[in-house]
This record gives sequence, structure tokens and C-alpha cells, in this order.
Amino acid sequence: MEKQVRYLDEVTIRFAGDSGDGMQLSGSQFSDTSASTGNDVNTFPDYPSEIRAPEGTLYGVSAYQVHFGSKLVKTPGDKIDVLIAMNAASLKVNLPNLKKNGIIIANTSGFSDKYLKLAKYESNPLEDGSLKDYDLHVIDINSIVEKELAGSGLTPKNIDRTKNIFALGIAYWLFNMPLDYTQKWIEKKFSKKPEVRDANLKVLKLGWEYAENSPDFKYRYRISSAKLEPGTYRNITGNEAVALGMVVAARKAKLPLFLGSYPITPATEILHHISGYKQYGIKHLQAEDEIAGICSAIGAAYGGALGLTTTSGPGLSLKVEAIGMAVMLELPLVIVDVQRAGPSTGMPTKTEQADLFIALFGRHGEAPVPVIAAITASDCFQMAFEAARIALKYMTPVILLTDGYLGQSSEPWRIPKLSELPDISPTFYTEPDYQPYKRDPETLARLWALPGTKGLEHRIGGLEKEDITGLVSHDPLNHQKMVELRAQKVERVIQDVPDVELWGDEDAELLLIGWGSTYGAIKTAFDKLRNEGVKLAYIHLKYLNPLPKNLGGFIHKFPKVLVPENNLGQLKFVLQGKYLKELMGLHKIQGQTFRAYEIEAKIKEVLNI
Amino acid sequence: METLIDNIISKSDITFEKYTPKDFKSGIDVRWCAGCGGYSILSQVQRILPELNIPREKFVFISGIGCSSRFPYYMNVYGFHSIHGRALAVASGLKIARPDLSVWIATGDGDCMSIGGNHFIHMLRRNLDIKVLMFNNEVYSLTKGQASPTSHEGQITKSSPLGVLDTPFNPAALALGSSASFVARTFDRDTKHMQLMFERAAKHRGSAFVEIYTNCVIYNDKAFDFFTTVDTRKEKTVLLEHGKPLIFGTNNDKGIRLDGFTPQVVSLTDSTWSVNDLLVHNEKDSTLAFILANMTYNESLPRPMGVFQDIERPTYEEKVEYQIQREIELKGEGDIEKLMRGFEYWEIS
Repeated sequence: MEKQVRYLDEVTIRFAGDSGDGMQLSGSQFSDTSASTGNDVNTFPDYPSEIRAPEGTLYGVSAYQVHFGSKLVKTPGDKIDVLIAMNAASLKVNLPNLKKNGIIIANTSGFSDKYLKLAKYESNPLEDGSLKDYDLHVIDINSIVEKELAGSGLTPKNIDRTKNIFALGIAYWLFNMPLDYTQKWIEKKFSKKPEVRDANLKVLKLGWEYAENSPDFKYRYRISSAKLEPGTYRNITGNEAVALGMVVAARKAKLPLFLGSYPITPATEILHHISGYKQYGIKHLQAEDEIAGICSAIGAAYGGALGLTTTSGPGLSLKVEAIGMAVMLELPLVIVDVQRAGPSTGMPTKTEQADLFIALFGRHGEAPVPVIAAITASDCFQMAFEAARIALKYMTPVILLTDGYLGQSSEPWRIPKLSELPDISPTFYTEPDYQPYKRDPETLARLWALPGTKGLEHRIGGLEKEDITGLVSHDPLNHQKMVELRAQKVERVIQDVPDVELWGDEDAELLLIGWGSTYGAIKTAFDKLRNEGVKLAYIHLKYLNPLPKNLGGFIHKFPKVLVPENNLGQLKFVLQGKYLKELMGLHKIQGQTFRAYEIEAKIKEVLNI
Repeated sequence: METLIDNIISKSDITFEKYTPKDFKSGIDVRWCAGCGGYSILSQVQRILPELNIPREKFVFISGIGCSSRFPYYMNVYGFHSIHGRALAVASGLKIARPDLSVWIATGDGDCMSIGGNHFIHMLRRNLDIKVLMFNNEVYSLTKGQASPTSHEGQITKSSPLGVLDTPFNPAALALGSSASFVARTFDRDTKHMQLMFERAAKHRGSAFVEIYTNCVIYNDKAFDFFTTVDTRKEKTVLLEHGKPLIFGTNNDKGIRLDGFTPQVVSLTDSTWSVNDLLVHNEKDSTLAFILANMTYNESLPRPMGVFQDIERPTYEEKVEYQIQREIELKGEGDIEKLMRGFEYWEIS
């Protein structure tokens, strides 16, 4: 069959089906294969909060989106080019995001009367002509795999489970991708179940051959490799990157790592990863509650470990009192908040950036802490390392903000060599003249002596400390001094905050300021508009307290400043208060990160173009 | 994996002087009220620590909030005065990270069993090797006299002017229900018995919970007089001693026998029962421990004092170390660069 090859820069493909259809698996395999062939990749899994939502329903749809390209892709993609729909509900939910003329690959057995009814379709969209604006491919995947695997010894249920692999085979054919990555994966995964292994290998190839031989598929697509910095790469999610960042930070600090954590969506994977690192000497406690999670980490830090606690918004609310204690104790501690949509239970699996205020201000008394944020999945590694570095250098708790989107999305990560990373080991005081609240003149960090050090027995605690000695003190002037010292110490972290880089045009009318996970969408819109000749400037923040030294100058330099955030304007509020200038906001609170076209539309509105 | 704290942890050949109680006094003025039961507890702790053959710098006392929680300031050891209810959570992290330390908690009935109740039950079930001294005065004192989780029903306090409505916790039974491996009870007036209980707790390997009836002279004075004064003690308490029958009374003339599972007081002077009929204490018997703990608020029975239970099971921190060692034996000491590369990686040149 002669097929025409078309060349593309980037493509967004979405695997969608029922919760039990294996869409997360197809998506992640496609993403890994794409990355290993040299594309840049950005992915996002999207699944219901329910573990097993009722089959075939609209709210039970599970999807995995992969955006890949020959240029750097920074988001999981705005509009979908290719939709793989395993049933009627998954078509209905995702169709609004499909590009006009986009490809639909639909599995007919997911469009039976039963599934049409569950998806609330009155007629079958595969037959009623309503999809005429799309490149529709209708395939009875179930019958094909049933026929092929008859006599394989597999149960009908297991045969049904291979249909996602068939769809994956079609996708590999469509984009000229090799099968070997997934073949190796199948061989390893099912090494103890040879009949399942063989069936999956067969079906993967079958999907590929089906597309190759079907006159229905006229085009194949080719995406050339992206220009990535040389090195060793892997795909990584933000949550795994946080886990690795902390492991590596502990290694470079020459300290044991201790994680105290309580399960909470969407942060739990960090606990999963770290609890599996026992051979690296890492200790963890799955605590009885969020409070015990942080308090045990503080206890471990008191004993000389690198203390870590990981959580999401509701858990951060519970940890607030203990963070205040860590501020008073002046012990190093890393608190990771994988933000989710709030308030209260909110939307646990959905992303948001609305914990900035609680991170910056959510404590009683004067209790400043450094706050930093990661901007991409792979940046979570760097920023976790950075949180540990600051915590140890300044003897302070540090809050690292990531979010549900960063935690679960994945992208290729150039793996750093241990030797590329700085030594961040602290100094423990052992001399007999120890004074617990004597400070390093440069950082204002107090001296750290560990229990077990002979002759340095001392007491610390949540009561106000006397300067230098650390004895309990209710003296009015001492309290003012200590409050100011703790504040000054956190302000001095600015010594470690790199100046922000201004991207774009110095003479632009509009400056964009983002923070955290909105980087991908803002940068994509910014690049697109600048390519079209629009003058724009852009700053993306990773350090939120203290803010970079040179930020104020830029804010005053540009006539207009727009701050897009997944909240009601929390960073905008902070910047306005600090720099005394009215800024504009773009606030999306839908449990989803921005799409580049939303940012683009707002910029055009502001600039009247 | 070598870390900076290795040589602080492992000083096994350490030589240390013979301590005296004075070595454990911090020199800071003790600021409890005159007549507070806390003074006696503090003295007995300072008296037994020198006997334990542990270098002073290995002791850490952790507390929460309340009168009892000032304790670490008065001890010349490492001390950590944490926040309300959280001492056990802080201690858990410390003990897992630093099994070499001897970790002690000073807490009260409100701190330990109300705001800190969750940490209390979970620390005990994990069996971390931590010693918990709970000063039970049946009232919130530092906040000036409110009902606590051990205040008795009907007790008049500032927050219960018409009487407490709650049923009190029975701390020993709660500890046993949380699978505590060591549970004991003593009271502030009996210095010798306190010392014995503290020493037993110290030597037990695992979580040790000691409830200490502690008189609060200001907000709940004489609450325990009905069984702790020299006059009442012999008739109203019974000492639990491993392997010995439960005998009490001014003239050792009464005993406890089990009628089925129900303890009852019997006289040893009429000829119905003899010592041979009495319940013999067995610290290793968990079922018996529950029966004894449930004597607590029964007014027809003497209040049991002593070790309810002392059983051996592996500590949490040992199990953590074991998992680490086993993983290292199976997989070799972790190579971090390999961990970073993960399952699939590729080169771009």
C-alpha cells in the first residue's frame, strides 16, 4: 500500500478510554518511545478521582496526552491532533479539544447501544455524519484481537485488555516510530506470564500492520528529532524528580535523608518513590497524620538528618503550626507542597497555584520562610535540591511549591552527573564554647550542634529564645530583636537568589510575569507572538521569597505588566504590595493549567491587537 | 553510605565518668508551684539516670506543652520543648534517624492524650524505643484549670462548672489497647516506687509508658489523696509485682482473686480464701494486663500500681535498619547515578 509521508514539527496525541482500558499505559509507552527517538516530549495524565469509576460513563474517562515535537515543547499541548477514543464517552469528553480535521481513531465496540446511552449520545456519532469535519478511522478492535488471540489460552477478559496495545501499534505506525521500546517493556513486564507476553507482542505488531495495510490510512507522519543538549536523558515526572532531588541533595550534604509523610493526592508518589529507596540508606515514616509527618521530619533534622515532609494543600494547612516551630527552632527542613485545587478537599486530582499565600504568610506570629517553586517536571529535581541547599545554609524551613500538573506530567530530563552539583554539607559545631543561637555573620544561620556531642547539652524549643544563649526569654526588647533577626536571616537568602532573566524585548509595552508551572503555556504563547512580530517581555519566577533583587526594576520599566496565575491573583497581590504598582492579572481556576492560546488571547486583548 | 553524623552516632568505645544526680541538673530554677508533684518526679529521674550507664550526651528529653513539658529545661541533657501534643511525633523522627540516642518524653494528660492522642497510640503500636513519662494530674494546669481527658465524670473545673460530662480515659488501658510493650503506673508521693518504675522503663527495649499520678496543688489539689496518702495507700492500692500474688491492706490481709475474668477483693483473715487462691501477676500476660488496667476506676477495688505489662517485641527503628540492611544485601549499596537514570534512559550526542 503506497502511503504518503507528511512532515510535522509537533503533534499532540490523546489516548482516551475507560478507567480500566489501559490508556495511562499506552500514553506513557508512546511518550517514552517518542522521547527515546529524540523528540522533545511533554505529557499529562488525566484521570478521575475515583479509582474505578463506573464503566463507560462520562466521568469515568481516563486519558493520557502526549505532546511531542522536533522543537522544544513546553506544555502537554493545547488542541489535540490525534484522538484515540476507546469508547463513546471518551469521544464525547475530548471532542471539543480536537482540532478541525484532526484524526479520530475510534473502537467500534465502545460505541454499542449500551455505551452510547452511558455517554448520552442519541445517535451513533461514528455513523450519523456528525464527525465529517474530522479524519475518522473506525476500527472494530475487539473483534480483531479476539480473532487473532482465539486459541491463545487467554481468557476473554485478558484478550479484551490487549486492545490498548493494538491502538498503540496504530499510533506507532502513524508516526513512524519503532516498536522495540515497547516490545522490550512487554517482555520484561510479562516475563513470568509468557502467554500474556506473547499476546501483547502479537497485538502490538497487529495494530501496526493493520494501519499499514488498511486503505483507510493514507498518510504517515514524520517528526524529526529535537535539538536537545547532549547528555544522558530519561523521562521523569515532577514527583519523581522531587524524590530524586532530595536523595541527591542528601548525598551532596553528606547527611542521611528522612521523609515524614502522610498519603495525600497528588503528592503521594513522592512517598512511594522514597519509600522504595531503602538500599540508599534512606529512612521514612508513613506518619499517622500530616502533623506527625512534619514533626517527625523536624525531630530527624534535630538529630542531624536532612528532614523532608511532602504534602498537598490540606496537609500544608495542618502543618502550619509545626512550620512555625521550625522557624523558632531554626532547624533545616524541606516542605514540599504539590498544590491541588482547593479550598478544603477541593478537586484533589486537579492542579492549582492557590497555595502561594499560605506558603508565604500562613503562620501565626512573624514567621517568614523562604519559598521557591519549580517550573517544569524536570525542574522539580533542581528546585528540590535548591530547597535543601537553602535550608541547610540558612538553618530554616523552606517551602517548595510544585503542583498536581508538575507532579504528574513528564518530560525528558538531562540527568546531571553528581560531580556537576555543589557540595552543600553543613558544619556541626563541636567546640565546648557552643551557644545555640550564636549566628554565622554572613548568613545569620545559628550554630548547629547535634545530640550525642559531648559537653554541648542544650535545650531548644518553641518558646522565645534569648539571643545567643537560646535560653527561654520573655524580655520585650529581646523578642523584638529575635523577630527581626529571623526576618533578616530569611531576607539574606537573597544572596542565593539569582537575578531574574528578562526574555524578549526591552522596549516592549507589556511585561509578562509568571511563576511555577505556568511556564510552559506562557512561554509557548510568548514565543508564538514574538515570532509573529509582537514585541513582548517575559520573566518567570522560581524564587518567591525572597524575590530576586532585580525584579522591581523590570516591573517599573514596562508600561504594562500582566501576571497570569492559576489563582485569583496571589503573586500579583504580593508584587503590587512590594513594588507599589498596579498590575494586571489573568486568573484561571479550573483545575487545569493554562493553555497557550488563552494567554495569547489575553495578551492580544491587553495590547489591542 | 558515609555521612557527617556517623562519628557522632557510633561512639561505642566511649568512656564516661560515673555520674551523680547533680550532673543531670541544668541549674535553671525550677518554676513549678510549691508542692507540685513535678518536683518529686524530676528528682527521681535525676536519681536513676546515672545508674543507666549511658553517656549523658546521648539523652534527649522531649516535651510538648503544659506544666510537665517544662521538664527538659531542668535537665542537663539535650532537650527539645516542642508544641502542644507533638512531643511523640518529634521523638519518633528523632529516634528513627538516631537510634543511638536515649529518648525520653515528659508529657501530661492533656498534652499526651487529648491534643497528642493520635501520636500517642501510634508511637506505642510502632514500639519505638522511647520512654514516655506522663504526669497525670487530671486537669489542665498551665491554662489554669480546665477539664482534661482524665478528669473524672462530674469533676468541677473552670471549663466544667456544672461537672465534667465525658468519661475519662483510662491511660493504662488505652496504652495496652495501642499495643504498648511496657505499661506501668506510679504516683508522685512514692519516691522509691517511682525510681523503680523509671528504671524498669529505661531498661525496657521498646516503647515504655509510665503514668504518674501527680498532684496539682492549685487546680486539683488532693485529687489522689483517697488512695495515695500514707493513711489510704495500703487499703486503696495494690502493688503489681511479677510472679507475686496481689496482696494489699494495712496488715496485708486482703488479696485480689479472679472470679472468671472479674477481679474481686477477698479477705485473707477469714478461712475462705488463702494466698494460694490469689491472682498471681504475670507481666508477660497481655490478657491479664487488660484485666488489671480495668480495675482502675472501680471503686470497690484497690488502684493497681506497678508494671501492668512488659513484653519484648522488635522496635520500629530496628525494623527500619533491618529493611535497609536486607535491601543492601540483596541489591548492593545503592548507586545514586543508577537511581537517577532509572529504568530507561538514552544518550543524545
